[in-house]
Amino acid sequence: MADDTRVAVRRTAKLFVGGAFPRSESGRSYPVHASNGDLLAHVSQASRKDARDAVVAARGAWSGWAARTPYNRGQVLYRVAELMEGRRDQFVEEVRAAEGGRKRQHSEQVDAAIDRWVWYAGWADKLAQVDGAQNPVAGPYFNFSLPEPTGVVAVIAPQQSSLLGLVSVLAPVIVTGNTAVVLASAERPLPSISLTEVLATSDVPAGVINLLTGYPSEIAPVLAAHMEVAAIDLSGVAGTDVDAGELAVAAAENVKRVRMPAEREPDWSRAPTPRAMLRFTETKTVWHPIGR
Amino acid sequence: MTELDHPAEWTYAPAPESRDIARLRSSYGLFIGGEFVDAADGATMKTINPATEEVLAEVAVAGAADVDAAVAAARKAAGGPWRSMSGAQRAKYLFRVARVLAERSRELSVLETLDNGKPIRESRDSDIPAVVAWFFHYAGWADKLEYAGYGPSPQPVGVAGQVIPWNFPLLMAAWKLAPALATGNTVVLKPAETTPLTAMVLAEIFAEADLPPGVVNIVTGAGETGRHLVAHPGVDKVAFTGSTEVGKEIQRRVAGTGKRVTLELGGKAANVVFEDAAIDQAVEGIVNGIFFNQGHVCCAGSRLLVQESVADAVLDRLKERLATLRLGDPLDKNTDIGAINSAEQLQRIRELSDVGDAEGAERWQVDCDLPTQGYWFPPTLFTGVSQSHRIAREEIFGPVLSVLTFRTPNEAVEKANNSPYGLSAGVWTEKGSRILWMAEQLRAGVVWANTFNRFDPSSPFGGYKESGFGREGGRHGLEPYLEVDDG
Repeated sequence: MADDTRVAVRRTAKLFVGGAFPRSESGRSYPVHASNGDLLAHVSQASRKDARDAVVAARGAWSGWAARTPYNRGQVLYRVAELMEGRRDQFVEEVRAAEGGRKRQHSEQVDAAIDRWVWYAGWADKLAQVDGAQNPVAGPYFNFSLPEPTGVVAVIAPQQSSLLGLVSVLAPVIVTGNTAVVLASAERPLPSISLTEVLATSDVPAGVINLLTGYPSEIAPVLAAHMEVAAIDLSGVAGTDVDAGELAVAAAENVKRVRMPAEREPDWSRAPTPRAMLRFTETKTVWHPIGR
Repeated sequence: MTELDHPAEWTYAPAPESRDIARLRSSYGLFIGGEFVDAADGATMKTINPATEEVLAEVAVAGAADVDAAVAAARKAAGGPWRSMSGAQRAKYLFRVARVLAERSRELSVLETLDNGKPIRESRDSDIPAVVAWFFHYAGWADKLEYAGYGPSPQPVGVAGQVIPWNFPLLMAAWKLAPALATGNTVVLKPAETTPLTAMVLAEIFAEADLPPGVVNIVTGAGETGRHLVAHPGVDKVAFTGSTEVGKEIQRRVAGTGKRVTLELGGKAANVVFEDAAIDQAVEGIVNGIFFNQGHVCCAGSRLLVQESVADAVLDRLKERLATLRLGDPLDKNTDIGAINSAEQLQRIRELSDVGDAEGAERWQVDCDLPTQGYWFPPTLFTGVSQSHRIAREEIFGPVLSVLTFRTPNEAVEKANNSPYGLSAGVWTEKGSRILWMAEQLRAGVVWANTFNRFDPSSPFGGYKESGFGREGGRHGLEPYLEVDDG
């Protein structure tokens, strides 16, 4: 008698660039394993060329995204939370497989990741009211300052916290109107790939978030030195053999804003603050005379 | 030049929205403690369509006992989970409400137009989208109150009693409810007597969103219901939008009780047009300023102050433009001017316009056919108005524009500020420095430059002087609902 047990359809893990899911142009992949050693998947190993392509996509998407109304960006981020909620069980399973440990803990992580999108969604049309100001200059001038997006932000996502850590460094970058090139956790990339599938069906425009899988030692130097990248978050360099100091030196070439990694990966379940957003904004001040 | 081959006059085919979309019910109860109930004494009133005078539905009239019950439900909820849950949890309820409002926006638009008389174009494109935006915006504040500048851990005031007007029925409900709920208060809301219906659908939406019972209670009725509510000892904070007359009465009534109060009252906004203004844009702004929502707008630009050198040019173009406005069936998608909300309001508009004639101002009205049923008043402007005329001083709250002139910027400021009101003002000039100078000089809570009647949930709104106090919208709109150290 034939065995009728259904054979599962497995997913191919790919990059997410410009709203599409290409494999690495290099044709390379690398195996990723669960915390117990089981093979989970072969994921694309992004090349330096893939990183440059992702920057081109992010640069192309920037002006349109930055020009959206803050209210609209807030709705777009909120929609990401809505869609993640629908895949909650899948995320819990993937985070558990990647990170090991107790299931309850992963449920909390996934819930926190979803809620973090909601928290940042609400900031879209509030940050300027909290950080902006009318400046009482001593003269007949109207003078105000407000935060504006800086441009394409490269993000080396945390290596340990595969989903909450990723969302914690990604959402604050894009909510203000930046676009992002993200390098996911090298050894725990599968939750990030599910996130790209959420993003692809959300209202986030193509190119606003681009996500690569691969190794920081290969990709981070390209992003740190890239002249079209305005800022780089090196959070995910923590705990790797990559020299953050060297990346910071490379970043000086076009005066990038750099977030240096902590010595050890922080506890991402801690409540964030607006600083996470303001780090990747520029303060613009406008003067205008007052008179009859 | 070749002659174009088209008829001399373009006509519009009727394009009515279907009233079935409103899912009108024959009767609506009170919303108390999460339940829809009849008034304790069974009292009801009828709400009508002001465009046809047809009865739309019967609505419960809340008496003292019902207000008691609603306040008790709100008090209970104020000490319950709504207060103790995290801001992030409250936020999620409000986001849900925003999303369902958006999903049911077409139904709400049609219902609003039926009950209020405003054109469907406005309820669909202006009122209801703003309602959604208000909830969405304030949802996002619920988990960020520590960043609002009111201390590290601001607390809710308690139970808010809110009384709202008929000109933007659901939008005013959203302006009142969204910030109150985001900050953790519970609410008893009283919609206006003539426009209770959309608030009752909103109650349904709160229930659908699983908002805990008693967090929002809605009591319909007339002035008496409102008086019970604002005077109720279980109410910690009173918020009122409406006439200055009633606002003063409320302020007297709560004086010395320790209740917090905010009042958003009448206006007689000056819309100031300088000779260097882009005239076509200014004319559009004048029309929007006074004829939006039939002029039933507290911040309406009801006094046009136009610089003498361009007065004739502006008035000629304004009259031309007014002649193109389409007055009629509010459900028709091409309608610009809908019905006056009630017989009482129509009477007041007629009376004050007659006073304008009697005091010597010159009336000009659009020559258009008014429907035979319902309450209607054609777009009207008065020229030769002086500052002492009642039509230059009193709020008409209808489609009536009083036109005055000025010669210098100083004179414009003098005249604009010569009013007991100070809700809003408009400035039309291509000179940026003059806009900002005027904004400094004008004693008004909102100044619109080269635009008018703009509203946004992130933008504070409220008056100077007898237009009331307190701000609604944005970060500032949180303060009335928070226990803030008086220092």
